[in-house]
Formats: sequence, C-alpha cells, structure tokens
Amino acid sequence: MATLTKQQIGTVLAKQGILIAFAVFMVAFTLANSKFISVDNLFSVVRSSAILGVMALGVTFVVISGNLDLSVGSMMSFSTIVVLDLHDQIGPALAIPAMFAMTLSLGAFIGFLVGYLRLNSLIVTLGMLSAIHGLTLTYSGGQNMDIADKEGTWFSVFGQGSALGIPVPILIFVALAALLGVVLAKTPFGRKVYAVGGNGTAATFSGIRRARTVFACYIISAFCVATAGLIQASRSLGSQNTVGQGLELEVLAAVILGGASLLGGSGTIFKTVIGVLILGFIQNGLLLIGLQFYVQFVVTWVIIILAVWLDIAAKRGKLLSSIA
Amino acid sequence: MTDPVLHLDDIVKTFPGVRALDGVSFSVMPGEVHALMGENGAGKSTLMKVLGGIYQPDGGSIHVGKEQVTMSGPLEAKAKGIVFIHQELSLAEELSVAENIYLGELPRKSFGRVDWRKLSDQTNTILQKLNVGFDATTRVGDLSIANQQMVEIARALTVDAKAVIFDEPTASLTDAEKVVLFDVISDLQKEGVGIIYISHRMEEIFKITDRISILRDGQYQGTVNTAETNEEAVTQMMIGRKLDLSRNETHHELGDVALEVRGLSCGKLYQDISFEVRRGEVVGFYGLVGAGRTEIAETLFGLRDPSAGQILLDGEEVRITSPNDAIARGISLVPEDRKGQGLVLGMNCRDNMTLPQVQDLTSGPFVAEGAEVAIFDQYRDRLDIRTPGWKQLVGNLSGGNQQKIVIGKWLSMHPNVLIVDEPTRGIDVGSKSEIHKLLRELAAQGYAVMVISSEMPEVLHVADRIVAMYSGRIMRTFTSDEVTEDSLIQAISGLGGHEAA
Amino acid sequence: MKPGTLSKALKSGAIWGFIVLELIFFSIAGEYLSLSDKAFMDWENMLLLLKQSAPIGIIAMGMTIVMINGNIDLSVGATYAIAAIVLLESMTWPIFAGLGDMVIPVAWLLALLVGTCLGALNGLIVWKTGVDAFIVTLGSMLGFRGIVFMFNGENPTSHLNWTLVDFAEAEFLSLATASWFLLAVTLVIWFVMAKTVHGRNAYAIGDNREAAVNAGIRVGPHMMVNFAIIGFLAALSAVVFYSESGSVNPNDGQLYELWVITAVVLGGTKITGGAGSVIGTFGGVIAIQLLRKGLGHIGADTSTVNLVIGLILIVVLILDRQLNVKGKEELKV
Repeated sequence: MATLTKQQIGTVLAKQGILIAFAVFMVAFTLANSKFISVDNLFSVVRSSAILGVMALGVTFVVISGNLDLSVGSMMSFSTIVVLDLHDQIGPALAIPAMFAMTLSLGAFIGFLVGYLRLNSLIVTLGMLSAIHGLTLTYSGGQNMDIADKEGTWFSVFGQGSALGIPVPILIFVALAALLGVVLAKTPFGRKVYAVGGNGTAATFSGIRRARTVFACYIISAFCVATAGLIQASRSLGSQNTVGQGLELEVLAAVILGGASLLGGSGTIFKTVIGVLILGFIQNGLLLIGLQFYVQFVVTWVIIILAVWLDIAAKRGKLLSSIA
Repeated sequence: MTDPVLHLDDIVKTFPGVRALDGVSFSVMPGEVHALMGENGAGKSTLMKVLGGIYQPDGGSIHVGKEQVTMSGPLEAKAKGIVFIHQELSLAEELSVAENIYLGELPRKSFGRVDWRKLSDQTNTILQKLNVGFDATTRVGDLSIANQQMVEIARALTVDAKAVIFDEPTASLTDAEKVVLFDVISDLQKEGVGIIYISHRMEEIFKITDRISILRDGQYQGTVNTAETNEEAVTQMMIGRKLDLSRNETHHELGDVALEVRGLSCGKLYQDISFEVRRGEVVGFYGLVGAGRTEIAETLFGLRDPSAGQILLDGEEVRITSPNDAIARGISLVPEDRKGQGLVLGMNCRDNMTLPQVQDLTSGPFVAEGAEVAIFDQYRDRLDIRTPGWKQLVGNLSGGNQQKIVIGKWLSMHPNVLIVDEPTRGIDVGSKSEIHKLLRELAAQGYAVMVISSEMPEVLHVADRIVAMYSGRIMRTFTSDEVTEDSLIQAISGLGGHEAA
Repeated sequence: MKPGTLSKALKSGAIWGFIVLELIFFSIAGEYLSLSDKAFMDWENMLLLLKQSAPIGIIAMGMTIVMINGNIDLSVGATYAIAAIVLLESMTWPIFAGLGDMVIPVAWLLALLVGTCLGALNGLIVWKTGVDAFIVTLGSMLGFRGIVFMFNGENPTSHLNWTLVDFAEAEFLSLATASWFLLAVTLVIWFVMAKTVHGRNAYAIGDNREAAVNAGIRVGPHMMVNFAIIGFLAALSAVVFYSESGSVNPNDGQLYELWVITAVVLGGTKITGGAGSVIGTFGGVIAIQLLRKGLGHIGADTSTVNLVIGLILIVVLILDRQLNVKGKEELKV
C-alpha cells in the first residue's frame, strides 16, 4: 500500500483545506451547542448570509479576472436607498428595474475605467467607494429612507417572503449561485474570465477582448449588488445611508476564504459559497456559545490568514516563506 | 600547477522526486573562462543556485581557494568573491545606476545615512573601466536594455572577485556591446579571476572560453578543452546523440502569395517594409533585437496600428484592427515571450490550446469539452507533446513542451499565415531541432510561414528566403541559395547596401 | 531637454499645481457662495487647516513608506482606534494612580508601544507566511477592530486630563501642537526615505523585490520594520488627536485607510511600489484637507466632499495614464 508523503498530504490540504476546516468547524460547534446543527439554525445562517453571499458571487468574477471591487458596499447602500425612495414615488414594479438600471450604470462606469482605460482597480474602486457614498448621501439628503406603507406592499416578498417553506433570500442566493457557477465553469465567457485573470497579455494574444471581459465582470458584480440591495431594502423596508458600509471587505474576505487568489485566475463560485457559509457559521456559532458579535472579527482575522497561509504553504511545500 | 579559484566537489541536490544534481564536480582555474553547458533542465541553474547559497546541497562540498565553505546566501557568496551576473535583469528601475550597482551594500555614514559622494566616486571609477556613455546618477529605467545589462555587469567589478558567473549575458546585447563585454571578460581574466560562462550560443563559447564542462540530466558529462573539440562533439555530449544542423536543402512547390505587405510603416519602429510570403514557403526574418521584426508581426496580428502602407491577404487589401480580427482572417502568431504572451501558466494544457477558439467550440451555451479534448489529443500526438494528461497545468511543463502547446494552439486554428517569433528561444537543443523539422513540414503542407529569429543557424536551417533587417528597415532579401553567413551579418549590421532581391 | 522630462516635471509638480488651483478656486468661489464674510485664504484658516491635516497626515507618512516598499496597510484605522483606547484607558488604571500627571508620558508610551507592536505583528505575518500584505492587513483590520470593541463594547471610552488638553491645545510660533507633530514626522520620514540606507533599500525592494533579495538585502525584517513604523505613526496620530478630544468611539478611525491611501496616491506614490515621495504625500494630505475645507467654505456638505474626492482620485489616474501613453505606436494589450 502506498504511504502518503508529506508532499501529498500538503497537496490534499491545499486543495481541500477549506472544506476540511469547514467540517472541523461544524463538528466543534455542534459539540459545543446542539442547536447549532438544527434546520432552523441552518436556515437562519444562510438567510443572514444571503446578502453578503449574493455580493460575493459577483466579486468572485471580478477577483478571478484579476481585479478588485471595493465599491460594492457603498454601491449596495445606493441600491437600497434608491429602491426604497422610488418605491413610494413610482411604485415597486417600476422602482426595481429603475434601481437595477442605475446600479448597473455605476458598474458600467467602473468597468469602463478598469477595462477599457485600464486603470488600477484598487484605486478606482476606492475612489468609487467614496464617490458613490457621496452620491447616496446627496440622493437621500442625508436622511434615512423609509417606505410609507410598510404593511400594504408586496415589495417585502424578496426579503421576508418564503416559498415551499424556504425563505426567498435563500432561494435567490441559491439560484444566482447556481446560474453564475455554471456561467463561470461551463461557458466560453467563464473560460475567458480565467484567462484574462491568469495572464491578460496572453489572453489578448489569443484574441480575447480583455477590456470587454473585465467590463462584463463589473456588470455582473453590479447586478449582484443590486440584487443584494433589493433583498436588504425588502427585508427592512427602511434603511440608513450607510447600510452597506464595510461590507466590501467582508465580501472580499469571503471570496479569499474560498481560495480565490487576489492575483486573479483562480477561484470558483462553489468555493466562494463555502467561504460565505464559513463566515456565516462563525458568526452564528460564536453567538450561540454566548460570545459577543465582535469576537467574530477576531476569529475571522485568524481564519483568513490561516486559510491563505496554508494555501500558499502547500503550494511552496514549506510552512514558512523563504524571504530572508 | 596552480590551484583552482573555485572547486565544486561531488555536489548532490535532490528535490521531492527528482535528483536535480547527481555528483557534479568541476573547477575553475584563475584566469580561465570556463563554459558550463547543458540543455534546459540539465541542472545548470540549480548548480548555480547551490553555488550562490540559494539552495543548500544535500551532498558534496564547495571550495573557494583552498578553503571549504558553506554558502548561506548571495551576500555571503559575494563576500567570498563569487559574483553572479544574472540573465534576467535584476535592477530597480527607479533607482540610480550607482544605487543599483551597490544594491544591498550602500556605503554608510552616521545615522545610517548613505555616503553619496563615496558611492558616486566608486561607481564612476567602475563605469570608466566599462567605457559606457552614462554616469552614476542616471536613472536605470532611462537606459536601454543593453546599457542596463552593462549596469548588471558593473556589479561584478565592485568587489575583489575571485570568480564571476555570467548567465547568458549576451541575450540582449548588440554586436558592438558584446565586444565591450568580451573586453571586460578578458580584463578580468588578466587579473586572475576565474569566469564561469553559461550560454547556449556555440559561436561565443568557441570564441572566448578555454574549457567546457557539460551537464546532462543533472549528471556531469565531462570537461573538454575548447581548442580540442568542436560544436558537434559538444552537442553530442549535451543531448547524447547527434544533431542535424545542416542547411535547409529540401524544396517543394510554392503556391500563391498568401500574404503581401507593401510599404508598411509604424512610426519610428519600422519603415517602408515590403515583402511577400507564398503558401508552402518559410520566410525567415533575421536581425538584431530591436530591428523591428517583432513589431511587424504584432502589426500583422492587429496589435499595433501601422502609420502607412498596405497589407494584402490572398491579394485583397485588409485592415487588421485586433487580434480577433487577425484570427478571423486566418493569421496566427506564436509570440516571442512564451510565458508572458503565449500561455496562461495557471491553466491546464487543454484550455490553453483551445483558448483562441473557445467562443466557437460550444454546444448550446456551454463549452464543448469533448471537442476540446479531441483537439488537444490530436495535437499532442502530432507534435509529440509530453504531458501526463490534459489536466496538467502548463506551468509545470518543460520549455520545449510549453512551446509546442503554443504552436499546437495556433495550428488548431488552421491558419493561412503562421507567424512564429523566436520559436526556440530558451529551449533545449533536442526540442529545437524537432520544432525546426515541424516548421519545414508545415510549409510542405501548404502553410505560409514567417519565422522571426535572432539565431543565424535557425534561419539558415528553416527558411526558403531570408529577410535581413536593420534598424526598422529591410536591408536585403536572400534566397537560401545565395545567402552566406558573412553577407547576412553585413546586412543586419547595416553594412550591406539596400538591394531588395 | 530629454524626452519624458516634461511629463515627469508635470507629475512631480502636479500636486502643488492642484493645491494652487484649489486655493484660487475656493477664494473666488467663496466670494460669491460663502456664507461667512471671512476670506478663504485667511492666515488663521490656513493654520487651522494644517492642524486638521495632522491625524491623516501623520499616518500617510507611514503609508508612503509601506507603499513604496510594495506593500499596503489597511489596518491603520483600527490601530489608530486601539491606540486611542489604550491612551485614555491606561490613564485611569489603578496602578498608575500614584503618578499624578506623570501618567501622561506613561500613557503615551503605552499607546505608541501598542501601535508599534500591532504594526510589527502585521509585518511579521507578511514576512513569515508570505501572504500578500493586502490580505494580511485586510484581516487584521477586522481583527484589530474586534479588539477595539472588546474594551468597552459599543460604548465610547472617555477620559479628560486637563494637563494633556492644555498641552494639545498649546501653540508655539502660532502653530498648534498637532501641526508641529505633522511637520516633524514629515521631516523625519523624508530624511529616512531620501538619505538613509534603509530608505533607499525600501525603494529597491518595492521596485524589484527579487533583485533586492539577490543583492542580499534582508527583505523580511526590512518590511517588518516598515510595518512597525506605520503602526507607530498610527498610534502617534491617535495620541496627538485624542490628547485633545479625550473621548473615543469604537468606530473611530474607520475609513481612515481610504483617506490615507487617497492622499498617498494623489501625492504620486506608485501603487505597485518603488516610486513615490514623502513631500508629494504631504502635498496630497494638504490637497485633500483643502478640498474638504474649501467645499465646506462654499456651502457644500460632506456628501459632495466624498463625491468630489472619489472622482478626483479617478481623474488623477486617468491623467497619469494619458501622460504615459506612448502614442499610436503602442502595443495594444
């Protein structure tokens, strides 16, 4: 019988490390608190992760294409505020497409800057984080936005409804994940995203339109953000201007936790979903064993660094980096 | 007999699953130029990394002079008088020449301040020796590639070197600059410094070295005196068999003109370029780096906009605005920089090969993976690509196999015109001749092939006609019957008159 | 004149030109739009501006080193908050009760020490694990913020020490204490980056890390020192600011990293490392503060400030790209 070498164990850890960590985590929390694994609790975790998760799906495309999107948090605030405002002005049926159009045009603007003008995505989306935040404040006049008639609108279905006993946000998250997962893994477009992120120059030399591909990734990201904004608005039917603040980093954390490289060219939708769930379960598990919500920040910190570290360590075959 | 300045004894280095160096010994005498040769993957660079302390050997010993040493890193190697001139430029472009030359050991004053005066005095002394046209304060990013190479070489002169290792130093130098380099080497030689000279270029090896040591598959094959051997014998030691380096003698029927270029110019890059390529013909483009050959290829592939002139495909004038456009018109380009432009190293073999046509290889909205595997299998067999399977990441393959993936990728597009830019750069001798053979076969099958190369034996071997370029212009076009090495060298040095054949 | 000299001169002078433009614009626009009678280019106003620049400015100097070094630090805002809490909390600790006002230097030292250690911790992780600084500091940004909340939950931490407030509000040669700190830090960091071996090595590492390794520069410890410096400066910034204000919210310092990075990029530091200048960053800090104040002066609210700063950052990038285009001959990749 073949014995596993250190190298092979390392490779297995690198490839499946995130799943193994996930499993260990689930077992530990289940032992600590039997409620943890209950169906109700699972639903509540997925539902509370749905907004973050939907955004992470879009950011996965952007990250695989070799770019970053730090503007998704403030863009989500923007979508939420806009759709709530328009709800009372033109009714939900028109408000939703109008909000999507506005959010997508923001995504198109970023996609144009990063894709066609080839500007550094970190700085562009940093600038857009600030700019969109300003735009939202200007739009709302600094006021919180609330729907006047909270009882009498069907708009609440996206955040509060359920079908077949499953909450709608979960359905949206799962459906979108399935759709985008297939797009990324199985279509020519998905292949191009990997190529552009893996080696943009080589992709161009293979006749792939790099700018167009990057542009499309930002459109997808904006679409996901708009969807997340819709769920958020529908769930609360009222919102602050800063509802999405800081989410960009949590989203990025989930994507990285899933194993996507910030250099581009690697990652999958499935892994991102796992990353999102891990973040969700950490939060939930810590609360269940009676710890304050902010402890999750510290735990997330440790987990992100360990996850990325082990990934890198397995690739180089050594735990510590060889930098002198 | 004098003692060697540097002696490696029975060095062993293993990596998981590979014995990269298997008992390699060799020594460098003072004042000797000692060539180290071997195919890619033969262990030359591993040996140098062991010598530089980047890898620790699993067995054997290193002696500098009479003393046995353990190298802990490049700095210690340098302190012991072992200096490396790297093949890939390792310069910080934003810093000055002086700061680059003394990188890692800037002279200090109190409070950790840099002693600028001492730094520039020392640097200018070295630069004078090298006879270059820039000074200590020049920003390295403003220098030409060749001058940057000279900065790299200047590093060797900062310490009292016992042995200097040159790793492919002439890759980006012009002939005139090579003369300066060889002067520097002979100066070092006179001072009793031992030189290790790593290069693939036989003519240089035979011009300047005293002895040649050869590695094959991590094993030491022996050392010969340069004066007592010849290219054929050395090649045989490197690859373990004989190599056909004869001129291209086979000829076949030529078809119609597939590609014609009239008066093409692109700003300062090249001007007034006219040539034609027939089906079944291989046209070689020979010239120095920077002569404008690659830029012509890039223009034909839609990556640059010409400022004047016409491109005709099958007699019809076309405007090619993007690679996509070029591909649609049946032009394929195997680019110069395999890793940077040719391949996505983190992708598997199959996906790399089908990348240009992935948009069309669909069933419904999805990529037809079966069809992709079929294409991969076909070209793996045809080109004899050695890989465990299509799932293998391209980054894990050897240079030769990587290049075959790129060639396969473009052959699978069934182009009318195939442009290959430096098809065998950085590839070992064995794969080289396979690729040469392949290019001849492709022409025989009716492809119109443009081969851009900086290696004379290569163009002589594969091309039916040779276009010699100098400084953005075509100096002369030779048929394979009339070309001689001398006339070719004259033409690409700007000496030959402008006479289009 | 060599080719490229013009664009280089434009680039290095651009931030100062931009500041002059801002001054002119706000002075003129202020005449028509301002609600107050005071001119924008009032001496008092400019001195106040320098003081208000200090918190961001001091951190930006550290960020300049770290970015020239080829890294980034997203955790500075959280480090800032932790240092502030340590500063204010430690003054109330019973063990220091007997010290009287001597508690002040002790609290300062403690805060600075904590900041330095947190920075060094980031650096150590970057060095030993080989994980990209962006990810490491993204993580510690969350982690450090969690630690901030652990002190007092979501409640503010307050402690006013009047001796300390007097010191912080003191003026010397009509410059506030905070301004002096900003100027001193700028000078010291400029000296380090332009004159010392450590500074020149920082450029070399950011420019070509492999070359630096090959030349025997100990890249890991070097980067760790720089992270320690930015941690120290984040803490120093907190010390300067909270000595005066005396109360810290657990969310304080959020988004500081964005402001700081914006200032550094406006000042001309290359996001990929290897190039940049401390003086440019100083210009970037002043430019941002001018913009905030100027927009306030002509009656715009914070929303406009956010919008304008975001767009300016993007416009700067576009201009930079345009100045570097080689014309039609360029390869289209």
